[in-house]
Amino acid sequence: MSGLVLQDVAKHFGNLVAVDNVSLTVPHGTFVCMLGPSGCGKTTVLRMIAGLEDPTAGEILLDDKDITPVPTHKRNLGMVFQSLALFPHLTVGENIAYPLRIRRAPRAEQQKRVDELLSLIHLDGYADRPVSKLSGGQRQRVAIARALALSPKLFLLDEPLSALDAKLREAMQVELRQLQQKLGITTIVVTHDQREAMTMADLVVVMGEGRIRQAAPPIEIYRKPADAFVADFIGSTNLLDVETDGSGRAVVLGSAVPGLKLPDDQHKAMISVRPEDVHLKAPGSDGIAGKVNFVRDLGGTIETFVEAGGKIVVAVTTPRERTKFAAGEAVSVVLPAEACVVVKQ
Amino acid sequence: MKREPPRSLADYAPLAFPAVMLVVFFVVPFSTMIAVSFFRRQQGGFYTPDFVVDNYARFLTTFFGGVLGFSLMLAIMVALVCVAIAFPFTFLLAQTKRRVQIVWLVVMLSVLSLSEVIIGFAWSTLFSRTAGITNLFVWLGLMSEPQALVPGFGAVLTGMVYQALPYTVLVLYPAIVRLDPTLTEAARTLGASPLLAFFNVIVPTLRNTIVATLIMVFVFALGSYLLPQILGRPQHWTLSVLITDQAIYQSNMPFAAAMAVFLVLISLSLVALTLFVGRRETA
Repeated sequence: MSGLVLQDVAKHFGNLVAVDNVSLTVPHGTFVCMLGPSGCGKTTVLRMIAGLEDPTAGEILLDDKDITPVPTHKRNLGMVFQSLALFPHLTVGENIAYPLRIRRAPRAEQQKRVDELLSLIHLDGYADRPVSKLSGGQRQRVAIARALALSPKLFLLDEPLSALDAKLREAMQVELRQLQQKLGITTIVVTHDQREAMTMADLVVVMGEGRIRQAAPPIEIYRKPADAFVADFIGSTNLLDVETDGSGRAVVLGSAVPGLKLPDDQHKAMISVRPEDVHLKAPGSDGIAGKVNFVRDLGGTIETFVEAGGKIVVAVTTPRERTKFAAGEAVSVVLPAEACVVVKQ
Repeated sequence: MKREPPRSLADYAPLAFPAVMLVVFFVVPFSTMIAVSFFRRQQGGFYTPDFVVDNYARFLTTFFGGVLGFSLMLAIMVALVCVAIAFPFTFLLAQTKRRVQIVWLVVMLSVLSLSEVIIGFAWSTLFSRTAGITNLFVWLGLMSEPQALVPGFGAVLTGMVYQALPYTVLVLYPAIVRLDPTLTEAARTLGASPLLAFFNVIVPTLRNTIVATLIMVFVFALGSYLLPQILGRPQHWTLSVLITDQAIYQSNMPFAAAMAVFLVLISLSLVALTLFVGRRETA
């Protein structure tokens, strides 16, 4: 199997288990987003791939070769740090040429590569500027260009866009994805921003408490979360208890949901229903009886918080789609069976 | 908080105290010294107010030129050796745990509590033939018989480096601790070995700190006058020793003052030159 393979990789800091038996296979040219709350071990995994941390156990293979004992500077990878770590004493061009310079590449070749990369990141003619004179987005691009200067096999980014403002970040996400597709380079990005992961990734790896909770394409992560943690972390969701009654029907919030079936061996479980899948209807019709608690009208979407069976269920609609319910109104909550995903707790 | 530029005279009031201190303890004594350096010396007595340049003219002998050159060379060497030792040391110290750092810094600070005299005599014992470290080398089989390493240039240099090293570490420490550790890591991911990254990235990034430290140690070492006498031969005596000799033993205040003024001017111009060269390289 070519590509990057992690086999039962673990990292302990004293008594703290930062990464607990992580196994992952990343085929060539894949864009992977490691996603998780802070302290879940995602950055540690990235640093172990880069060789900046030694794994306590396990192996890291690149193209069937064990690279675990190989020091960082011999791993042929490019990395973008959260702080960017541009060298303050060098110009833009010298920063990008640094990996070539220390390998004693001829000057003409360095110059050519710098020009190529600058045009790739749309910063032609910036070679002689000091890095301190650049804007946040421009520094970001320079850090990316420097990491790509040697056409590495692996491109690693640690929270690369976290320092940028929201608008620029969204634009850079698209740009980074397009760049990666153009170069076809295996890329691993660590982020805590699920929108970033959904925008860029071929494969989203959700981590929690040092373990991989789910590794799947973004839409599958969203549609079929493996457990309550993933469902809650990716987007917003309604996590509801479900039980089978005597006649075998699945009961949620006190009412049976037609068409919903639990796995054969389970009588109690938890389901995840995305807010946009929750339908609200006039009271009295089929569904779960509830009362509107609060309405958040954001213009583009309307979030309706409904109290039903002692819990709050959130429904999201667009203004043109349905009539708006006001706070205090009685409503009927309909959960389509196909939108209910049974998740592990 | 926005700061308004001072407008009325009262706004400058907080500056009054440091200004008075500076005038009383620096400007007045230094002006007096400059004045005295032009006075005429009374043979066997003191000096009378006058304006003569004889005192400065006396420098233009090979003897004083040699001593001045030696003093500057010694101070530059002490500065270079101190920074060459202290910079890698402090860099490695900054990578260790906080508790280890504190222990080292406390040890460093305790060296500062030793007086120059104690340092001088401790080293002269350590370098002596009868009780010195050469006995250890003989015992280890590295030398055939114990030798006296004192008095000598090596002993002077060692003593002065020993004395200046804690200052060097303490001046370098804050800048090195604040350095972004991802700079080294970035260099490593780009293919630089840790040693190469140190010389390629860390040293140039901290260039201004290094230059400032070199100047500080240089000025510090230039004023040293006890250690060269304890650990060196007369040819290792610095200009400071000669100034003391002229002022106290020869009662030649005007000449001592002239030498002191000259030493200050030379060191100031060296510092200015260093800064000028540094500025031009960064531009």
